Amino acid sequence: MAQRQSYQIGTGLFIVLGFAALAYLATQTTSLANYRQGDSYTLNVEYTNIGQLKLRAPVKLAGVRVGTVSAIELEADKLQAKVSLAIDRRFNKIPDDSSAAIFTSGLLGDQYVSIQPGGSPDSFKDGDQFVLMQNSMQLEELIGKYLVGQGDAGKPGDKGSAKNEVQPEAKPDQKLEQKPEPKK
Amino acid sequence: MNARMRAAGKIPSRFTEGLAQIGACGIFGLQVLVAVPRSLRHFRETIRQVWFVGAMSLVIIMTCGLFVGMVLGLQLYDVLSRFGATAASGTVVAFALYRELGPVVTALLFAGRAGTSITAEIGLMRATDQIDAMEMMAVDPRAYVVAPRFLAGIIAMPLLACLFNALAILGAHGVCVSWLGMDNGTFWSNMTSNIDVWKDVINGVWKSVAFGAVCTLIATFQGYTTAPTSEGVAYATTRTVVFSSIATLALDFVMTAFLM
Repeated sequence: MAQRQSYQIGTGLFIVLGFAALAYLATQTTSLANYRQGDSYTLNVEYTNIGQLKLRAPVKLAGVRVGTVSAIELEADKLQAKVSLAIDRRFNKIPDDSSAAIFTSGLLGDQYVSIQPGGSPDSFKDGDQFVLMQNSMQLEELIGKYLVGQGDAGKPGDKGSAKNEVQPEAKPDQKLEQKPEPKK
Repeated sequence: MNARMRAAGKIPSRFTEGLAQIGACGIFGLQVLVAVPRSLRHFRETIRQVWFVGAMSLVIIMTCGLFVGMVLGLQLYDVLSRFGATAASGTVVAFALYRELGPVVTALLFAGRAGTSITAEIGLMRATDQIDAMEMMAVDPRAYVVAPRFLAGIIAMPLLACLFNALAILGAHGVCVSWLGMDNGTFWSNMTSNIDVWKDVINGVWKSVAFGAVCTLIATFQGYTTAPTSEGVAYATTRTVVFSSIATLALDFVMTAFLM
């Protein structure tokens, strides 16, 4: 009886350990770890080019993850991409003149939406739309621009070229070295 | 001339013998599948076998997982630093483990640790006429001896592979973060943003379920059909390891192609 008890306990322990390992792998080391998102509100941005931006790509503010890309669709009449961002409720003090840019993390990394805060005293509410945005940087376009000698079009302060487009004022912080949530 | 003719006669006979072996193994597999529902009546035996093939293999699986993870972390950190991409070390380790190394190395270790003992046990039962005795008593040895071990292999293998992966990730984390000074946040955030649950983790689990079925089927078949001598049991044990390894790696290729 004692023998049977001990192997049954051992087997139970083994199975529990195995499933614990599976749960750990599935939730802590995969993209599931990033879905942990409570209440969120939606902000919309219209881009003329979203590049390789994908659903559930991160939305970052000052390099810290504040939400995800919840929908991408083409607006048939405007011929623009409408991107919906689900922002965590905790971050409800984003000034309503902030801009949303599409950056690439690292040299070959995925693309994400980076919110660059403005200075307005009012903040965004659910369903609001960004006025300022910056399209995904297309390498081919950049090369093309420089080849035909318009290399100075991208300098800061020259806001005449595109309607709402924010010029990149500084090299965006594209480093990977950031800690979204310190984990042990 | 004579020798050549003899060789020509021998190759087809060996070939047909191999085919017959595969066929017999397939038929045996079907018979075991049919016997599985009957074996559920003495489910306690299956639990005992899970203990035997699973829990008893924990130490070797976890130790090997830890070392595999540490080696992968060390190697990839070194190689990726040449491209300035050390931030991806954890991600590449996880990809390699979840998709390939976890299920495959676990299956190979399982064949060596548990498969051989299953073959030896059943082979010895065959050699000492216990299996014939069961048949005489109208107890189907496939339902009473083989099916519980088969089920136990299918249950135990994915759990072992998950534990292998978990320990390997911890090993890689130890080497990359604690030893080589990589940033802890980078290690995890790069991993979490690139690894997908279904395409990477769960596909690996499916693989190890299949490997568990194949490895235990081969082990039980070799034991069941062994020549009833001590030499025969020794050969059967060797063949278990060889065939399990080949079947695992070949099946791995096929499953990867299908699961992609």
